[in-house]
Amino acid sequence: MRHAAARLAVALLVLARGASSAEPTAQDAFSEVLTQLAARAQGHVAFTEVQQLAMLKQPLTSSGELLYVAPDYLEKRTLKPKAESLILDHGVLRARRGGREHALELAAYPQVAPFVESIRATLAGDRAALERYFTVDFRGDEARWTLQLVPRAASVAASVRDIQMQGEHDRIRSVQIRQADGDRTQISIGAEISP
Amino acid sequence: MNARRWRATALFALAVLAAALIATRARYTADLSAFLPRSPSSGERALVEQLRSGPAARLIIVAIAGADAGTRAALSRRLAAALAASGDFASISNGDAAQLERDRQFLFRHRYLLSETVDAARFSATGLHTAIADSLDALASPEGPLLKGLFPADPTGEFLGILEELGPERAPHLSAGVWSSRDDSEALLLLQTRAPGADSDAQQRAVLAVRQAFLAVRAQLPAARGTTLQLSGPPVFALAARTLIKGEVLRLSGVSTALIVLLLLLVYRSLPALLLGLIPVASGALAGIAAVAAGFGTVHGITLGFGVTLIGEAVDYSIYLFVQARGEEHGPWRQTVWPTIRLGVLTSIAGFAALVPSSFQGLAQLGLYSVAGLSAAALVTRYVLPQWLPQRLALRDLTRVGVAAQSVLGRLRRLRALLLAVPLAAAFVLLLHRGHLLGHELAALSPVPLADQQLDERLRAQLGAPDVRFMVLATAATPELALAAADELTRRLAGLVRAGVIAGVESPSRYLPPQALQRARQQALPPAAELQARLGEALAGLPVEAAVLEPFVRDVAAAQAAPLLSRADLSGTSFASVVDALLVPADGGYSALLPLSGGGGDLPPQAVAQVRTALAAAQVPGALLLDLKGETDRLYQRYLQQAIALSLSGFAAIVVLLALLLRSAQRVVRVLAPLVLAVLAVATLLVGLGHELTILHLIGMLLIVAVGSNYALFFDRAGNAPQQGSLPLTLASLLVANLATVLAFGVLASSRLPMLSDLGSTVAPGALLALVFAALLAPGAAARGA
Repeated sequence: MRHAAARLAVALLVLARGASSAEPTAQDAFSEVLTQLAARAQGHVAFTEVQQLAMLKQPLTSSGELLYVAPDYLEKRTLKPKAESLILDHGVLRARRGGREHALELAAYPQVAPFVESIRATLAGDRAALERYFTVDFRGDEARWTLQLVPRAASVAASVRDIQMQGEHDRIRSVQIRQADGDRTQISIGAEISP
Repeated sequence: MNARRWRATALFALAVLAAALIATRARYTADLSAFLPRSPSSGERALVEQLRSGPAARLIIVAIAGADAGTRAALSRRLAAALAASGDFASISNGDAAQLERDRQFLFRHRYLLSETVDAARFSATGLHTAIADSLDALASPEGPLLKGLFPADPTGEFLGILEELGPERAPHLSAGVWSSRDDSEALLLLQTRAPGADSDAQQRAVLAVRQAFLAVRAQLPAARGTTLQLSGPPVFALAARTLIKGEVLRLSGVSTALIVLLLLLVYRSLPALLLGLIPVASGALAGIAAVAAGFGTVHGITLGFGVTLIGEAVDYSIYLFVQARGEEHGPWRQTVWPTIRLGVLTSIAGFAALVPSSFQGLAQLGLYSVAGLSAAALVTRYVLPQWLPQRLALRDLTRVGVAAQSVLGRLRRLRALLLAVPLAAAFVLLLHRGHLLGHELAALSPVPLADQQLDERLRAQLGAPDVRFMVLATAATPELALAAADELTRRLAGLVRAGVIAGVESPSRYLPPQALQRARQQALPPAAELQARLGEALAGLPVEAAVLEPFVRDVAAAQAAPLLSRADLSGTSFASVVDALLVPADGGYSALLPLSGGGGDLPPQAVAQVRTALAAAQVPGALLLDLKGETDRLYQRYLQQAIALSLSGFAAIVVLLALLLRSAQRVVRVLAPLVLAVLAVATLLVGLGHELTILHLIGMLLIVAVGSNYALFFDRAGNAPQQGSLPLTLASLLVANLATVLAFGVLASSRLPMLSDLGSTVAPGALLALVFAALLAPGAAARGA
């Protein structure tokens, strides 16, 4: 009981600091950006992903398309070097590789959920979901913003240090995931693909 | 006279003693064995084996409802821990992460002995290059972050390969970390008892252990007060059936004894007559039990339940004796009434004897029980009872009842033309329902209530554990050979899985590969120095430093030196129970079972054909595809056809018997006509009310003829030799006897066991109609009186 209370106090502290560090204008901009993001019903963009792993001499590069349909369908379709896809649909995560499909319920994997939820919740403009998993820090203005997400749960923080998103208005331009062991994943989001 | 009396009594006492001795030493059972065939075909033997000791027979599904998800999860975990401590269960699964982690660790630690891709080519420089390049691609995939930790120790991806071979994870829904129903209203657990399905005492202990453990853990959690427990699965059904059968036997015999005692008291108004009348009944019941015990080894509860009908029938003989012998010397009774009773007993016995050769064990027992019981009751009535009759048995005079019945009958006889309506109505109704006259499922006879069957279906669907319908079976002399056969068959069937013909195949060889295969895999691994040299070559052009793969080199060296996997290594994982369930002793050897999964456990016919082709190509001796549902349906078909054949041959035997003893075609027709009409009327009634006729309905129709012949024969005698005996008294005794029989079968009709209620609801109205129709069709003299 005391343990939980202590954790709550820490969380409140972090929140309070986050709120005070942001300019009132930044808070307004954050709300505006989220409103604009929430207004988008769908998106279909190209992406390039560069993973830097300490154990490898060179980074791993992959590319493909991201598909989003509001509010809870997100598909990451990797085309190179191998075709595979990861689909988040109504809380179920399906991974398709080489003709096989694995499904897992996101709620059952608390260590996986934040990865997916960070992008989905941002796209959906779902502030409540973002703040459920992360301490949120928004900087900049509508035209050019940075969103920094730090996992709240210790179990997630053990593998993910933070997630940083950069964007302009209702477009996310890049997502950088820094893992606790120093490995980094940088996803650059390109132009909209017309259907 | 005195010497004869003592001789009869002494013989009787000896016989009772012998029968009692056999009956007390008999084994009594209330399991589902009554439904199993006595001399099974090879397919049936495999089915019976599965029903008795197969993995499915040991499965218990637990559902905990009420309170909130957190409380249910806590209950689920505590219950699992309590049951694990009890030692009654081979496996307890509730989706808890700790169990999954143990399984994962086992697969990872033994990956080089378990992985199907481990061979010499894979561990050559080029093989390593390809495998590592594939793993790098996987790292770049969306799942990459999850796989990263595995790479240094498993750069060839053996662990992932094993996971993929195990098939798509159809894990049940999780709520608060444990399995639960999809609507989040129940926590679910899956248990496997250690005891085989056939050990009903141990199964009962296991089921009770779950209930007690639940009450104990619930008491520890204040928040869990409102939670409830539901259990399903074969051991639970078996226990419920057992309890039901025991309760029914007590209830049925209690109620029918009480009713018949009441009837006899009303009729005789004499305690001595009542007690004397019950002697043939008790002797018959004892003889029936002794005969079944001697003939079958075990006496089934359902047979005892059926025994109540014997009360209703055996009591008839003494009714005829007491009522019709009234006022006469015993001598004339023996010459006038006894021959008719004897003929009636013989036709009844002929009818029941037709059941004895049935391969449906429950039916065969009923047949033998009744043959022995009726014979004993008749013999006691004929040879023992008259010796004990007091000179003057003060009985109520039933002449007035008989006269009244006679006048009612006289009036009814004017309507006898209406009997023509019976065959017409029968023809109409039976033609109308001709498409579904007969039921085709053994489940219709199952003592498991429909609600319980539906609960089971629902829980299985929630757990993603559909009833297995198809499994491939390979039998060999040793476990090792059975595993080798399973491995070969799994490879053949894997092709069909890849082609999408079947969804998956489970095999014990997947968790415990045959030793020879494990050794071959071990020998395919290069020694450490050699592996390092090959790695140097393999990593050319890949972004990986050899130093990163140190854990890989270390693990391969460890796998080479490790002892081969045996059953003991599986302990603590959920694979242990899988292997125990799928590798079972059978017929002096071992059987490996490979359950196939399709959509919901079923397979379309063309898929079945492809599986058979694949099995034939595999050339594994003794491999066969077992269709559990098909085999059950075939079994029921066999029972059904046999029941039809037996009913007809029983009927034929009765006809032959009547022809031999009556020596008149006209009299045979006169005796049979009302009986056939009664059968038709009952069949029309049952079908018209929407019943699909089961085996027991058919057998019941034979019994209408066997039992009803008694009444028809009396009217035949009265018509043929009107000067013998008093007609009103004959009629009165027939009425009382019929009432006793209808009461007994009527009580049976109220049973919650479908086997007994089907019989009862057929014979009770049938016997009544047989008497009425026989009276209506009797020659004028018989009805009007001489």
